[in-house]
Amino acid sequence: MSDPFKGIEPMVYQSKINVPYSWWAGDTASKFYITLRDEKIILGTKCETCNKVFLPPRKVCPSCFTENREWVTLADEGTVLSFTVARRRFAAIPNNKKVPVIWGLIKLDGADTAMLHYLDEIKPENVTIGMRVKAVFSEVRQGTIRDISHFKPVQ
Amino acid sequence: MDRTAVIGVGMTKIEKNKVRETFADMMWEAVNKALDDAGMTIDDIDNVVTTSSDFWDGRTISCMAVGDASGAAHKNVSCVEGDGAYGAFYGMTRSLSGSYKTTLVTGHSKGSQSVSSLITNSAFDPIYERGLGMDMITACAMQASSYMHRTKATPEQLAMVSVKNHGNALKNPLAQLPMKITVRDVLESEMIADPLHKLDCSPISDGCAAVIIAHESVAAKFKQKPVWIKGVSICADSFFFGDRDLSRARSLTEAARKAYAMAGIKDPKKEIDFVELYDAFTYQELMWLEEMGLVDDAMAGKLLEKGEFDMDGRLPVNASGGLLSGHPVIAAGLYSMAAVVRQIRGDAGGFQVKNAKTGLVHGLNGLGGQSHCVFILDKDK
Repeated sequence: MSDPFKGIEPMVYQSKINVPYSWWAGDTASKFYITLRDEKIILGTKCETCNKVFLPPRKVCPSCFTENREWVTLADEGTVLSFTVARRRFAAIPNNKKVPVIWGLIKLDGADTAMLHYLDEIKPENVTIGMRVKAVFSEVRQGTIRDISHFKPVQ
Repeated sequence: MDRTAVIGVGMTKIEKNKVRETFADMMWEAVNKALDDAGMTIDDIDNVVTTSSDFWDGRTISCMAVGDASGAAHKNVSCVEGDGAYGAFYGMTRSLSGSYKTTLVTGHSKGSQSVSSLITNSAFDPIYERGLGMDMITACAMQASSYMHRTKATPEQLAMVSVKNHGNALKNPLAQLPMKITVRDVLESEMIADPLHKLDCSPISDGCAAVIIAHESVAAKFKQKPVWIKGVSICADSFFFGDRDLSRARSLTEAARKAYAMAGIKDPKKEIDFVELYDAFTYQELMWLEEMGLVDDAMAGKLLEKGEFDMDGRLPVNASGGLLSGHPVIAAGLYSMAAVVRQIRGDAGGFQVKNAKTGLVHGLNGLGGQSHCVFILDKDK
């Protein structure tokens, strides 16, 4: 059979998936974000069975499968457990971030789990696993994860 | 327990851009190849499991869109969202259920049609993490940093995984990226997300794979010599990145342990002959081998340097070229399973390894390998 595509471009249909979606934050994340926005305080939840403190806070301990009823105020300083540096402008990177973007996995003092966030005020080549960092809060806070602007090295 | 066997496999060539074929077109090709391989017709298949992901497919209820091309009309068809290995697990349980005997399992994807950074960013928690803009590449790069920090694996060792697997792909006509490259080529390729260079990362790919899993009562009825499923397990770790020790894969260790036990394997280092594992990024081959207990902790890089994982080495790993040489997300685990089946049958052609009696298939799901699936396949029942 002769090639039906000989000398012509195959057809391509351009489209876009664009479906608005609302995420109800729930009572646990709401309390975390309200406290972060209004008081610049980072809260974790604690499991009374295994005593682990979770950040980001959540209602249920994934190990014990029991409810985390206690809230704990965490330090705004912690340790970098791992990091990466985006050298390319990946599509998911927010428009207001400049490449290179550094993300860290940061364990705050008082927490047993680490959170993802940006590292900044440091050159990518100077970031090390184990370094101490401190939260810098955003001037304008709207109850999102970016109410923390980034983490910077502890001087 | 009753046994099941893989009695047919079929795959399309993995390509950068299958612009001439729709999902259903690819599926039609893979399913017919699997039926031919098994010596079956569609009437011999009594139920179907498809594997897909709505975001990757750009549509909702994506599983229903390939049913016709899978010959699923009037049959019980269901779907698994995730890697193809998980679809194979579900297909196996259906063939063990007593209700069905022959399950056709399919997986399809076209990375070329979407923007993978946006899709994998959507896998992060929408309330706490997604807005930070990470995706699968940056998440895995962070895991690579963590793994290299703990084990002292070097960028050169990571690069050697790429050199080996792209080199193996030269022997596999279905692979997308057969390449003769050097460690230097990898280290000099663009730094994408530290510590991963472009050639440390798998490509964007299109492809479709199908396998047929039969209950033992009918496994020998058709053309192929059955390849027996001796052990299998799936385990998942915590969803949040920061809950896990990112340099380890606890759920893989557990899944492998359970799969070995089911297969009656006491010393996997001696009893597993070869492996097809999920090498979406170079560091993953080294890390998964260690976490599965197939090599000692933090030793995979050194053993790789000695050639132990080469096609003719002590433990051939990704002789097919692996996912670094073509990574159709979702279908990937079925490609790995098909490669292991062909090795055990002695049908692997140019990438055939010696003494391929017991092989391990590995699939994963989630960011940085949150969940892992391990199959042990064997020539003997």
